[in-house]
Amino acid sequence: MSLLEFFEWCETTSVATVIKNSSWAFAVIESVHLLGLALIGGAILILNLRLLGLGLRRHPVQELARDIRPWFTGSLIVMLFTGVALFLSEALKCYYSPAFWLKMVSLLLAVIFTVTIYRRIVMEEGTSYGPRWQKAAALVSLLLWSSVGAAGRWIGFS
Amino acid sequence: MYSIVESVHVLTLTLFVGLAAMLDLRLLGLTMRRVPVNEAVERLMPWMKFGFIVMVITGLLLFYAIPVRTFQSVWFRAKLVFLLLAGVNVLVFHSGIYRSVAQWAKEAIPPKRARMAAIFSLLLWAGIVIAGRMIAYNWFDCDIQPQSAIVNWWAGCVANSD
Repeated sequence: MSLLEFFEWCETTSVATVIKNSSWAFAVIESVHLLGLALIGGAILILNLRLLGLGLRRHPVQELARDIRPWFTGSLIVMLFTGVALFLSEALKCYYSPAFWLKMVSLLLAVIFTVTIYRRIVMEEGTSYGPRWQKAAALVSLLLWSSVGAAGRWIGFS
Repeated sequence: MYSIVESVHVLTLTLFVGLAAMLDLRLLGLTMRRVPVNEAVERLMPWMKFGFIVMVITGLLLFYAIPVRTFQSVWFRAKLVFLLLAGVNVLVFHSGIYRSVAQWAKEAIPPKRARMAAIFSLLLWAGIVIAGRMIAYNWFDCDIQPQSAIVNWWAGCVANSD
């Protein structure tokens, strides 16, 4: 099965059919996707502002990271579920959309970066990573997640 | 150009609504319990103000691009009402329970009136985001008739006498 055939198959799944046959489903799922965006964005920003020495800078990075984590993970799960549903309903459009592929690459990089380097820097006990590492990590995180968001918005325009 | 303004409007959602939601969750005692409420409000407020200004400017530009249809959108009108209510909620919060914040700022779970304000805020902002997204859909547009009397009244559709 080629990649194109796989994408064609995606649009024949029952989830895709239900969404395509409804005039409301896509809009409703997309709204939930947007609410997830707001929440995950808030969680990412609070921690990254702190890493940059802004925002809640009187509190330890590790403490904030632990507080933010369930909200980050929770909204990521909401975004993945709603995102997959939206994708299934218009898989072929996505296949031919450069914005979709940019989003997928950015998302993959963002998730890998977050669970490896970023996690080590924000969860580490003590001060083995200084402010320079923290700022660099915050900038990379902001860049990758913004790219996911902007490319995601652009799928709708293409 | 429209797409760029629209993208900025959507991504600034994270800065304004995202931080507001995190603040609301703090007021509900659901996150950052060790961060005093007044500190969170003061430290995050400049970012939220900046986000809000960007939202208003890009929002006005988007409205200006398609004024007539937007003005007659049931969703746009609902969004304005929710925005107004969210503003009232902020005023009530700041002139009410927040005045005594020094006494409860460090409590893991703030007083009931603060938690109520947080719940109203979360619901209203969710409503604002959803209504805003729905403006793009034309289910209830005036030029798609027949619509129910309530829709025509709320959208302010001018009756077509034929």
